[in-house]
Amino acid sequence: MAMAAPLVLHLLLALLLGLGGQSRAEPERDSLREELVLTPLPSGDVSATFQFRTRWDSELQREGVSHYRLFPKVLGQLISKYSVQELHLSLTQGFWRTRFWGQPFLQAPAGAELWVWFQNSVADVDKSWKELSNILSGIFCASLNFIDSTNTVTPTASFKPLGLANGTNHHFLRYAVLPREVVCTENLTPWKKLLPCSSKAGLSVLLKAERLFHTSYHSQAVHIRPVCRDAHCVSVSWELRQTLTVVFDAYTTGQGKKDWSLFRMFSRTITEACPLASQSYVYVDISRNGQENESLEVSPPPTSTYQAVILGDRKTYAVYDLLNLATFSGSRSLNLQLKWRQLQDIGSQLVPFLHAQRYVSGYGLQKGELSTVLHNTHPYRAFPVLLLETVPWYLRLYVHTLAITTKGKENKPSYIHYQPAQDRLRPHLLEMLIQLPANSVTKVSIQFERALLKWTEYTPDPNHGFYVSPSVLSALVPNLVGAKPANWEESPLFSTMFPTSDSSSYFVRLYTEPLLVNLPTPDFSMPYNVICLTCTVVAVCYGSFYNLLTRTFHLEEPKRSRLVRWLANIIRRIRGVPPV
Amino acid sequence: MLSKCVVDCPELCLAYLTSFPSPSVWQDQAEQLFKSGHTNNWAVLVCTSRFWFNYRHVANTLSVYRSVKRLGIPDSHIVLMLADDMACNPRNPKPATVFSHKNMELNVYGDDVEVDYRSYEVTVENFLRVLTGRVPPSAPRSKRLLSDDRSNVLIYMTGHGGNGFLKFQDSEEITNVELADAFEQMWQKRRYHEMLFIIDTCQGASMYERFYSPNVMALASSQVGEDSLSHQPDLAIGVHLMDRYTFYVLEFLEEIHPASQANMNDLFQVCPKSLCVSTPGHRTDLFQRNPQNVLITDFFGSVRKVELTTETVSLKPDLSSMGYSHLKCHEDEELAEPLSYAAQLPVAQIIHQKPKPKEWHPPGGFILGLWALILMVFFKTYGIKHMKYVF
Repeated sequence: MAMAAPLVLHLLLALLLGLGGQSRAEPERDSLREELVLTPLPSGDVSATFQFRTRWDSELQREGVSHYRLFPKVLGQLISKYSVQELHLSLTQGFWRTRFWGQPFLQAPAGAELWVWFQNSVADVDKSWKELSNILSGIFCASLNFIDSTNTVTPTASFKPLGLANGTNHHFLRYAVLPREVVCTENLTPWKKLLPCSSKAGLSVLLKAERLFHTSYHSQAVHIRPVCRDAHCVSVSWELRQTLTVVFDAYTTGQGKKDWSLFRMFSRTITEACPLASQSYVYVDISRNGQENESLEVSPPPTSTYQAVILGDRKTYAVYDLLNLATFSGSRSLNLQLKWRQLQDIGSQLVPFLHAQRYVSGYGLQKGELSTVLHNTHPYRAFPVLLLETVPWYLRLYVHTLAITTKGKENKPSYIHYQPAQDRLRPHLLEMLIQLPANSVTKVSIQFERALLKWTEYTPDPNHGFYVSPSVLSALVPNLVGAKPANWEESPLFSTMFPTSDSSSYFVRLYTEPLLVNLPTPDFSMPYNVICLTCTVVAVCYGSFYNLLTRTFHLEEPKRSRLVRWLANIIRRIRGVPPV
Repeated sequence: MLSKCVVDCPELCLAYLTSFPSPSVWQDQAEQLFKSGHTNNWAVLVCTSRFWFNYRHVANTLSVYRSVKRLGIPDSHIVLMLADDMACNPRNPKPATVFSHKNMELNVYGDDVEVDYRSYEVTVENFLRVLTGRVPPSAPRSKRLLSDDRSNVLIYMTGHGGNGFLKFQDSEEITNVELADAFEQMWQKRRYHEMLFIIDTCQGASMYERFYSPNVMALASSQVGEDSLSHQPDLAIGVHLMDRYTFYVLEFLEEIHPASQANMNDLFQVCPKSLCVSTPGHRTDLFQRNPQNVLITDFFGSVRKVELTTETVSLKPDLSSMGYSHLKCHEDEELAEPLSYAAQLPVAQIIHQKPKPKEWHPPGGFILGLWALILMVFFKTYGIKHMKYVF
């Protein structure tokens, strides 16, 4: 009898486990892919792009979701509460120099940028936008609550959805940039906490703030969009991409030497892949190695190479699969090293086909001119560029001075949309589709006048200046080599940022520099000075009149004691002066 | 093993002990756990100075933040306000670091910091809204002080100050009267059980002169008429790294651990005139308990309650949703059509885009008045008989 009881218990346990096992047989609906791309740039610097992509096969709007596994709960609740179709938030410090570094995979403007497509079911888009930016400011410890109607615009042709969309009514799109926003460890910390492996395993162990912020360019972003679940594309999955791009400067962090290693860049090496990831790769761009000479040596030698047409050019990557134990080859850590065999020629790189600059010219504190210069360096192909400029309301643009010149002649844009600013309500919005002829420089300039702000509207440091957000250039740049559209599930993540429909060109979005403009600043000590001066004048004038009108004079004998008078008389007699 | 347990987690150890002994011993120990009367801890840490040469004020606030986090208060219970960014300032030779000791010994910024109010958000209005709880409805949770009547709140402020005021970001001030009134509002709304107010500015004692709410203890780094001085510059960074008072407070707090029995009298002794040059002051007349019985961890640390239970909890598998989702899958495939990605730059579509027809609003206000004026003038000059041609 005593023996039968534990036996029955064991049977019961086995039954329970069996039942439990049946419910666990359903495959997990979310998956994680992580990758790191190391690209040696033409100027000797190295750029590292991390991408962590969580795909979740669920329709957030239809089911009441309560179980979150890899997809972070805070973002999932945001999507369902505010009916967000797409969300793109980036926080950037520094500027990507397209002219010297080439086209980026995904550039972001300096400061904070947020653009959101809402679903068609949203009734009050502005209210949802305001609440969404406040919630995001709490999640990412950034001052996104400063996003309001004075810096939000609704572009009419730029920023088409990057994910699945069944209609593009731009009424549901909002875009805002805060160029003054600082990015530091307090923004990286919550970003890292959204990763499934946090910063404990996989590629995210390399993300140490002290190294990541000692860079020329640091950009971290969160992109949420709906994607096709499979090739038939009848059902929708949610994709969350967290990207982080840093550019390590050869001269400040590398001390002038061009040899790089993971330890040198991140002060850490990779020890294992994230256990929750289904794929984990490191790619190193070795396109520079020609057939005859190997100018760039990568050690340890890669397990395989990957060739594809990325950003219009044929590129070769050395691939390291972190889930394959052979990559670590017994040393328990992977420290990739890049060594240059021979010094490369700076002059021989390819200048990217499209790059732009922006600057403010003029003198004084009243007027000025904003100019954007677009370069098309392709020898024989022309292509169109969509230019979006957002100018704050306190720079009053004179639209009749808008001039677009190419090679000395006027260039008329095929599409132009201008929405003037309203003081303290709305910024200027200027969108133009400009055709850039082959091998040309196009200059877009517009004059402006600076407005006076009320003294309470100045920031605590007004002499720093006021920022103008960067212009956005969206273009379809012609490919050097024909490319076929990639299968999203099989290609690496860095090649599937933008959906491509055309094999002859690729889509790129570039940003120019933000501008710093001085506004006429009042002297803030004037209220104090005025009070002092006024009070002094009033005291002197009124006081004198009051005294004259109310003061009366009496004659008074000075009373002195007899002893003092006697002493004074003696002294006067000695002096020969008549006595008192 | 038991002694180690007591040092590391007294509450856990207490629960372990209480599972066996007699009821009266259990009651005594439970009472000891709740001796101070508070159940949660909050901290509001404010740095009010902007510009690179005020690096030391940010380092002061971050060193108190670091101690408070180390002793157990989680980020969700700390409201950290930094008026300027020193760590990623372009002038900082070591980005993402804020040092408190020269020769860069201690990085108080760390790798896991969450700043709730930063840069232009640190204003007198936002500070008072946080204290009194009158934040706008859209403010996220991390920006609110959600304390209740059993919370011990630590408030630390540093910056430039004078006799009766504290300067916020070089453009506005908070006076001691406003601060005292804010604390009184907190008391009337029962937003604290006990409060410790520490201020490290010049003439800091003037800021607590006007307090009149009960259960408030205050410390300041200098008396009225004295300046608080900074500790030491670092020649590599180029600025003074910390203020003297907070430097010695940090040194004192580095020796405190979560189970420490150090009390407030030790904190009052922290920076004598020989080290601090100014005379630190304190005010305990509004506080009910004797400072000797108040532990440092009552304000700087956090109460964590752990309950051990021997009951088993069974998790039922969610069989209902398993069957349902299979059904749904089939439904989807039958009804939906294939979706596609939008073209990123549809040039033809953009060029031929019709401008959105603006909604027609009836003319109002000025335009209506102008037309009415024109019509009146017309009929006045030419006579009313022309009206019939209008209708």
